[in-house]
Amino acid sequence: MQPVLLNAFSDFGETLYENLIAEDRYKMILGGLGNTLLMAIGATLIGVAIGLVIAIVKYFASDNKKLWILDKLCDVYITVIRGTPIVVQLLIMYTAIFAAASNGLPVAILAFGINSGAYVAEIIRGGIFAVDKGQTEAGRSLGLNKLQTMRHIVLPQAFKNFLPALGNEFIALLKETSVAGYIAVRDLTKAADLIRGRTFNSTSLFTVALIYLLLVMVMTKGLKILERRLSKNDKR
Amino acid sequence: MISVKNLEKSFHDNLVLKGISTEIEQGEKVVIVGPSGSGKSTFLRCLNLLEMPTGGEIWFEGANITDKKNDINRLRQKMGMVFQHFNLFSHLTILQNITLAPVKLKLQTAEEAKKNAMRLLERIGLADKAEAYPPQLSGGQKQRIAIVRALAMNPDVMLFDEPTSALDPEMVGEVLLVMKELAAEGMTMVVVTHEMGFAREVATRVMFMDDGRIVEEAPPQEFFSNPKNPRLQDFLSKVL
Repeated sequence: MQPVLLNAFSDFGETLYENLIAEDRYKMILGGLGNTLLMAIGATLIGVAIGLVIAIVKYFASDNKKLWILDKLCDVYITVIRGTPIVVQLLIMYTAIFAAASNGLPVAILAFGINSGAYVAEIIRGGIFAVDKGQTEAGRSLGLNKLQTMRHIVLPQAFKNFLPALGNEFIALLKETSVAGYIAVRDLTKAADLIRGRTFNSTSLFTVALIYLLLVMVMTKGLKILERRLSKNDKR
Repeated sequence: MISVKNLEKSFHDNLVLKGISTEIEQGEKVVIVGPSGSGKSTFLRCLNLLEMPTGGEIWFEGANITDKKNDINRLRQKMGMVFQHFNLFSHLTILQNITLAPVKLKLQTAEEAKKNAMRLLERIGLADKAEAYPPQLSGGQKQRIAIVRALAMNPDVMLFDEPTSALDPEMVGEVLLVMKELAAEGMTMVVVTHEMGFAREVATRVMFMDDGRIVEEAPPQEFFSNPKNPRLQDFLSKVL
């Protein structure tokens, strides 16, 4: 029995070495991790910026008919982005809109950001509309204008409402970046797949799966802490 | 101070205010009573344009506020409003609730606003709640703070929209007390309420609204002891 077990262990060690250490393959994985994080963070920033603007435009348009064109444009954007696959959007961005781009990474960040913006817009809009109308009325009755009321009174309260959904969106976005390999961006997934192609072994894929999982767990934990902190003043 | 000329308000096809005209002079305490659905809250909310009138004019301190050329945000700074459901900003401390508008509108420095707020809190006996958050307070405390929040803007007139209707009965008194003190100091007040005792004691004029119109208005003595309109007689027989 013992030799077999020992063999299994030494085999496992050898496999790990072959897939992660040999030929500096861990460097490939770390490089992929860097690109994945870069895409996730960059796209999140773009997505929140787009989402916030759209949510506020739609909020203002709800009682100002002059903004109907902007409102319709936002609707078209949301419908198109949410109605088409991210891989197709990514390929169109890379091959048609930025056909001259030599580096896929900025194109991927932009594509993921634009994609995320549509989802974030709906999340933030929901959070804004869930804030009691009396809060807006109180702000306006004190002489604050619409934008000041939005910024100092409505948004901070909406933030608490939409934070959990927004957190889920970021987690989904992090995992979604794994399709960036379609436009030759060497992210975590692509790096692992390249290694697999050389070693004919899936160990590298299990390794990056574990990395994704750890990232998501850390993000989930961070969000929980943030949520708890924000809800402090709700307690009696 | 406030002059209302043939004010109309409709929601879609539903005409809620059917031509209201009245004058409110400096220092007056006008109490508006009437059955629910009579338009009294809508009328009050039109005075600071929380509801946009669909007809007629409202003049405040010499400016036609229904004219789009006039900056309503500036005019609202001079019209405090107190709501039925308090509407304190639940993400801010009591102190921040009071200082937010004066500071953001650059009417007071942060320091002045804080001093002013503490003085006002002192007056209503809630200075120890300055750092508390609204959910930690009772309804009566919330409403007294909502009044103070409006007062921090140094308004020329205060509008009260059923300020005691959402309160537990034992808390009505403390809110009315603050309002009575305010009245005694000479504040111009327009109050929509079901508190007939308050109307009798504090009002300089009581206004009865029914079906979108002012049906009768008189000083409280006359209003309660000698109502002329049959609908007012009927209303008073039910509420008194």
